[in-house]
Amino acid sequence: MSGNDYHDIPGTFVFDAEQSRQGYHLNMFCMSLRQAKNREAFLADEAAYLDRYPMTAEQRQAVLSRDWNEMLRLGGNIYYTSKLAATDGITFQDLAAIMTGMDRDAYREMMLAGGRPIEGNRTKGDWDNG
Amino acid sequence: MAKIVGGYATSHVPAIGVAIDQAKTEEPYWQPVFAGYEWSRKWIEEVKPDVVFVVYNDHATAFSLELIPTFALGCAAEYAPADEGWGARPVPTVHGHPELAWHIAQSVILDEFDITIVNDMEVDHGLTVPLSLAFGQPHAWPCAVIPLAVNVVQYPPPTGNRCLQFGKAIRKAIESFPHDMRVVVFGTGGMSHQLQAQRAGLINPEFDQRFLDLLVNDPDAAAAIPHVDYLRDAGSEGIELVMWLVMRGALGDDVKELHRHYHVPASNTAVGHLVLEPK
Repeated sequence: MSGNDYHDIPGTFVFDAEQSRQGYHLNMFCMSLRQAKNREAFLADEAAYLDRYPMTAEQRQAVLSRDWNEMLRLGGNIYYTSKLAATDGITFQDLAAIMTGMDRDAYREMMLAGGRPIEGNRTKGDWDNG
Repeated sequence: MAKIVGGYATSHVPAIGVAIDQAKTEEPYWQPVFAGYEWSRKWIEEVKPDVVFVVYNDHATAFSLELIPTFALGCAAEYAPADEGWGARPVPTVHGHPELAWHIAQSVILDEFDITIVNDMEVDHGLTVPLSLAFGQPHAWPCAVIPLAVNVVQYPPPTGNRCLQFGKAIRKAIESFPHDMRVVVFGTGGMSHQLQAQRAGLINPEFDQRFLDLLVNDPDAAAAIPHVDYLRDAGSEGIELVMWLVMRGALGDDVKELHRHYHVPASNTAVGHLVLEPK
């Protein structure tokens, strides 16, 4: 479905059918971290815990290396991956900062100044030309 | 007969809940966010609803990818606040209104809105943050709550038009309930925000203000906004705004805008808030 109009939005993964199918086990792993006992078991032995979920080698590596954008590219959804961030003690705002490549203070300052503007951030062409 | 006496729209940013729970509402960062809710705290105290009908979304809490209902109506007697990874919010258990909720379920299904009925569900910040904004920190919530969870996580959410039409069916359902009762309908989520990937932090005040104007005065035009416009112009999570259209549909054709508040930022998000009265 690469012809979808939303694929032209830069820096964004729309969690559509294709992403959801690809990311099912990755997201269900993240979902398991809602429970405190699972968070503890995961942190005690990440590799062994991940063996319970039949995700791809790429997805598994993205989890182990906390590559947040890569998890999204491989079908992760932000409301699921944020549970992994919570397990690591990362707040939602700091997680957002990490994904943008900004340091937390610079990101916080950007938000206080009104956030990332829409001008220049509407299409992939905007980013290519910027 | 039951009567819809008001509409209440608000963002449901989780950090707002944290600020309330940790007594940070007077801090310089948060004070301008909460100042815009003082008027509506008094308003809802005077309106004294018996029931609030809350349109919100679950954020991978009660529902995961195992089950993705587009519209899920809570018919339970109570709902426990959920642990979303940081421990449950210290807020009262939410009490439902099974009799009215079941009446609405039957009415809208026969009206051809094929909803899911839920009898066991935890509720996350999407529902409890609006209650905290409206009612503060009471020992018990002052009224019954009927939750309507809308899928806005898995693309595609229901269209804006479907949400508006569903709201109209909810109005018909509530106003045919044969007991005197005052109902306020909440639409929650939004406004512009993007929580994910390299474009996180997107905020678009022009989109938001236009949406507020259309929602009040031209809901058909607001309902015609295609999904790609929300995703592009209001950020990938800004698409939550379709839920405000359910509330708007439930208010009837013409409304009076009693109160508006808009502030950037609360964490990653533009905060919007409206109080409407049916004409």
